[in-house]
Amino acid sequence: MHRVAVIDYGMGNLRSVSKALEAVTDNQSQILVTADAEKIRSADHIIFPGVGAIRDCMTELKRLGLDRVIGDVVKHKPFLGICLGMQSLLTRSQENGGSAGLDIIDGEVVYFDSAIQQHLKVPHMGWNEVEQRYPHPLWRNIPQNSRFYFVHSFYVKPGNDDSIAGHSHYPLPFAAALAKENVFAVQFHPEKSQHAGLQLLKNFINWDGQS
Amino acid sequence: MALAKRIIPCLDVDAGRVVKGVQFVDIRDAGDPVEIAKRYDEQGADELTFLDITATADNRDTMEDVVRAVASQVFIPLTVGGGIRSVADIRRMLNAGADKVGINSAAVTNPDFVREAAEKFGSQCIVVAIDAKRVSTEDEQPRWEIFTHGGRNATGIDAIEWAKKMVALGAGELLLTSMDRDGTRSGFDLELTRAVSDAVSVPVIASGGVGKLQDLIDGIKLGHADAVLAASIFHFGEHTIAEAKQQMAEQGIEVRL
Repeated sequence: MHRVAVIDYGMGNLRSVSKALEAVTDNQSQILVTADAEKIRSADHIIFPGVGAIRDCMTELKRLGLDRVIGDVVKHKPFLGICLGMQSLLTRSQENGGSAGLDIIDGEVVYFDSAIQQHLKVPHMGWNEVEQRYPHPLWRNIPQNSRFYFVHSFYVKPGNDDSIAGHSHYPLPFAAALAKENVFAVQFHPEKSQHAGLQLLKNFINWDGQS
Repeated sequence: MALAKRIIPCLDVDAGRVVKGVQFVDIRDAGDPVEIAKRYDEQGADELTFLDITATADNRDTMEDVVRAVASQVFIPLTVGGGIRSVADIRRMLNAGADKVGINSAAVTNPDFVREAAEKFGSQCIVVAIDAKRVSTEDEQPRWEIFTHGGRNATGIDAIEWAKKMVALGAGELLLTSMDRDGTRSGFDLELTRAVSDAVSVPVIASGGVGKLQDLIDGIKLGHADAVLAASIFHFGEHTIAEAKQQMAEQGIEVRL
């Protein structure tokens, strides 16, 4: 049976993610919310979610030995990072006074200074439009500029702009989605983004990891 | 391209049913929470808020069931408030499928609880609910104080100072209810909403007093709210959320259509 591993490292509520996956797979896939290295390694699709602060996230990943597991599976399996899961993939973050990430995608995670300067509220919370920069299997059947649900105070700045698969504005453009080979990562929460979000999860489950 | 202002229907829940009282009395039955949640989701609600209005131990178990049932069918953010007093209460609601919890009286009893909760679960899931009542006379500078336990207990705490303190302790969002307007259908207390929203860096949800669609627009344009919460105008079919959004869009407010 097709298996999807949702990596559980104690950062936030993963029930929303697994519920949304159950809804899009019609119970045709096994959804495993797990910290077990073997279960993650043997799954067909890997989802790396997370909310909270990056230092706690990195500490937990290392304590559970999941940093190495992620480092391995991210090389060849279809892999989806969500929110903090996306941010952790970068080289480093400004959060918590500076923190190292998993360095799977070159770049850094920075605070929404630009929004604060424009007297916008931070966290960036709510539904914002995502402009798809190029066609990708994960954007299939999702209209251009669909709105997704965001909640975050930091955003990713990849070293190479080519990895940006989608932009949002707050007020300046920022990377809402990254794509690199078999890895896709989103700042928004597809599991909380109604039709567009469920479609993205469905696209991911049907993705073979090729762009 | 911009962030949309949000409409959040509020479902007051008692013994597993959605109810709506007028100034906390005269409870009318409005229906099954899952059915109502699905209807609002289809109409384009941006989030849903559930308030456990009795917050007894028995009701909390029922509330968990309600959240679990809704979360398996509705894929937008869910907030649960009412009787959240401990880290264990928060964990239960998040495990049932809530994305955020509203903390009200417990923040007043022990402000440090907000910090503890934000550290444990992240600011993004901690909404501090503030019930404020105007205490100034007509010829004074406007001043509001916060009340707890559904508006029954005065605290003597200034609402603006309290809002700033809650944000400093880690609240990711504020749900601001005017006790003077709640249930009156005479519109938000716009002065209060604007004073709080301008004083803090996090999003503010305006609540209390919505009687017509223009009130929602005024809450955003004049009250500077980031989101608007309403119950009765949606529950009894007077207006749909889609109508509200259409009218907001016509007046130049960015909404998710």
